[in-house]
Amino acid sequence: MNIYLNGEPQQVPDNITAAQLLETLGLTGKRLAMEVNMEIVPRSTFEEFVIHSDDRVEIVHAIGGG
Amino acid sequence: MTVATNESRNDTFAIAGKSYRSRLLVGTGKYKDMEETRLATEASGAQIVTVAIRRSNIGQNPNEPNLLEVIPPDRYTILPNTAGCYTADDAVRTCRLARELLDGHKLVKLEVLGDEKTLFPDITATLQAAEKLVADGFDVMVYTSDDPIIAKRLEEIGCVAVMPLAAPIGSGLGIQNKYNLLEIIEQAQVPILVDAGVGTASDAAVAMEMGCDGVLMNTAIAGAKNPVLMASAMKKAIEAGREAFLAGRIPKKRYASASSPIEGTFF
Repeated sequence: MNIYLNGEPQQVPDNITAAQLLETLGLTGKRLAMEVNMEIVPRSTFEEFVIHSDDRVEIVHAIGGG
Repeated sequence: MTVATNESRNDTFAIAGKSYRSRLLVGTGKYKDMEETRLATEASGAQIVTVAIRRSNIGQNPNEPNLLEVIPPDRYTILPNTAGCYTADDAVRTCRLARELLDGHKLVKLEVLGDEKTLFPDITATLQAAEKLVADGFDVMVYTSDDPIIAKRLEEIGCVAVMPLAAPIGSGLGIQNKYNLLEIIEQAQVPILVDAGVGTASDAAVAMEMGCDGVLMNTAIAGAKNPVLMASAMKKAIEAGREAFLAGRIPKKRYASASSPIEGTFF
């Protein structure tokens, strides 16, 4: 299925969980936050949170800024 | 000496119930690399450090150093900002992501910009975002214009600190409206910090001499030829300005007043 990952279309397996997506991206255990369709996905729910077709997934982290 | 040292050493200020010794808050943008960020932040003595929230690089440099390893949250109070937000909704969304990123951390720096050229705040959107964030349980430090009426409104909304600009972000122009800033300081019940516009150490000292509780800066340090040395200079300027404020300066007079007594002259 297709999702929008940080604004870009991306093919991922159907019914992928948030945890599985992060693993695919090599981001497991990194300090980040995730939002799906503008709603926060708490880290504690990554294992069971299922991502659906056309979901808009944002993965963010802290960078230098004033 | 002892009295002066003690007065200075015990001089702390509180934001959202936590007390801080350093009145210099620093940003982490515009440094050439993580090592320079780390060295300058250490040299500044800052305890509160701002960061921005941005999309992670997907598939690029997975082993790129993480800012929060260089500025660890167990050592610094991390102040996530809403830089780059032009609407109240984007700012609120950014703060919610920051809270999740930082394990429920509630302290945020709110800025809602109104214009790319000046980076002046959009005050109506800032007020709306502040209301939403306070209602959502955030401790909001808010970047605003140097307007005393708006500063008061933001305090009334429940912001934990109000941070008027001295001059446009990154401009290095120093304090452009001392009378507005003084009015904001005198009426405030929450800490007032100058945020943006400082160019060099004397600008920071002037802000502190006027009675500001602190100064937040990024470009003045990161953009200096030697950022680590400038960070050290800013630390001293903030401390010097604060001590001068506590000491109480002499009034300005138009004519001279001799330092040596006239009595006892033999000529």
